[in-house]
Amino acid sequence: MTENQGTTGTSAVKRGMADMLKGGVIMDVIDAQQARIAQDAGAVAVMALERVPADIRRDGGVARMSDPDMIESIIEAVSIPVMAKARIGHFVEAQVLQSLGVDYIDESEVLTPADEVNHINKWNFTVPFVCGATDLGEALRRIGEGAAMIRSKGEAGTGNVVEATRHMRQILNDIRRLSTLDEDELFVAAKELRAPVGLVQEVAEKAALPVVLFTAGGIATPADAAMMMQLGAQGVFVGSGIFKSGDPVKRAEAIVKATTFYNDPDVIAKVSRGLGEAMVGINISTLPTDQRFADRGW
Amino acid sequence: MSPVIGVLALQGDVAEHIRAVASLGESVREVRTPEELDSVDALILPGGESTTIARLATTFLLADPIRERIANNMPCFGSCAGMILLADRILDGEADQETFGGMDITVRRNAFGRQVDSFETQVAVEGIAGEKVHAVFIRAPWIEAIGPKVEVLATVSDGPAEGRIVAASQGALMVCSFHPELTTDTRLHELFVRRVKGQS
Repeated sequence: MTENQGTTGTSAVKRGMADMLKGGVIMDVIDAQQARIAQDAGAVAVMALERVPADIRRDGGVARMSDPDMIESIIEAVSIPVMAKARIGHFVEAQVLQSLGVDYIDESEVLTPADEVNHINKWNFTVPFVCGATDLGEALRRIGEGAAMIRSKGEAGTGNVVEATRHMRQILNDIRRLSTLDEDELFVAAKELRAPVGLVQEVAEKAALPVVLFTAGGIATPADAAMMMQLGAQGVFVGSGIFKSGDPVKRAEAIVKATTFYNDPDVIAKVSRGLGEAMVGINISTLPTDQRFADRGW
Repeated sequence: MSPVIGVLALQGDVAEHIRAVASLGESVREVRTPEELDSVDALILPGGESTTIARLATTFLLADPIRERIANNMPCFGSCAGMILLADRILDGEADQETFGGMDITVRRNAFGRQVDSFETQVAVEGIAGEKVHAVFIRAPWIEAIGPKVEVLATVSDGPAEGRIVAASQGALMVCSFHPELTTDTRLHELFVRRVKGQS
């Protein structure tokens, strides 16, 4: 970097962007009207997609990047950041999303993977990426590929928080364990985690990920969001949970408040009243293996 | 007694500001409620989403007490979203977007563009001697117009945004478009602490 010459697309601006989202709620929206509702409810960003995960699950078939017209209409409708999803490994969808001016790309297992071996080389992009993870090794592999933010995968579109809990606990437990190891033991730890040794050393030293960690996948209530925050998430993605519920406006506002006051059960109790129907959930154990989104990505 | 510095902790990069202030050996605490606001002598408004922070501040009855404290000369330091929140006027905001106000400035939100336009550069800041400040701009605002009582602390030195105001102060209030809290350079926080202690 030369002095006085602004440099774009650096790790600092990519990871820093995620820092600005901390303590906030990112909401899935399928049109401009929902995007405005989300913004008015206090969302820190919206995720633009054609179908929420619950509908992707119901409809089956191949789920792809959303229509550029639809993404653009959402970018025009709100002043908060707009994220959009690309298929795992589909670097051209990511190029298109960057060209549309989205603020963050989610390389997402909710869409049908386009490459069953490689994820996108995210270092090649100016726009930052968030990726899902089920454990620390997966998180560090994604960071090694250039992800600037990590979210737990959970099991999107189920309204069931159990998988998000599992993944958050796993990631954080893996981090705690690493931080207790002797430096001589980190090489084998990296092998076991199947993660770059440099990143393993960094996590061990800081006892934290080098990027922001959000939670996602099955969050449907204010208490779900607060629980994830108490477990150690730095913010929350809510997909189908809001606009598949009885009163989206009220539920969106309630989840935002519960995420800020996650340590205050009085506030969580207050905002949990009179929200109407939550989305109908799915028991993960009844999901056929081939319909488990969390198994996508490697 | 040494002053207690609060960081508005409704949303955003609260932890980074706390780390920066704590590294200077000053007392610092999070502020989420009116009671917590009463317990601090100065307030930092962090980076984050200004629409989200303003909405939560109103809902949880913090906005008016903050305005009152600002009117009574509580020192405040706002970075990025914090700059927007301390501005009397905003451009490209939402129709009903409220700020705490206090500074006679007009701030344009996301003035430098979207995230793909976010950048790092070096900025010379009035009152900070030695090397320029390493400044990280993220979907950053700039100050488009200032009133007579506002002192300009920094401008962009080249490129398409040359001359745009990115740091300023007025009375007890200080703002910047960029994020000193994301770097290890604590000189802007030191400048704020000196102002809080009446040494600057």
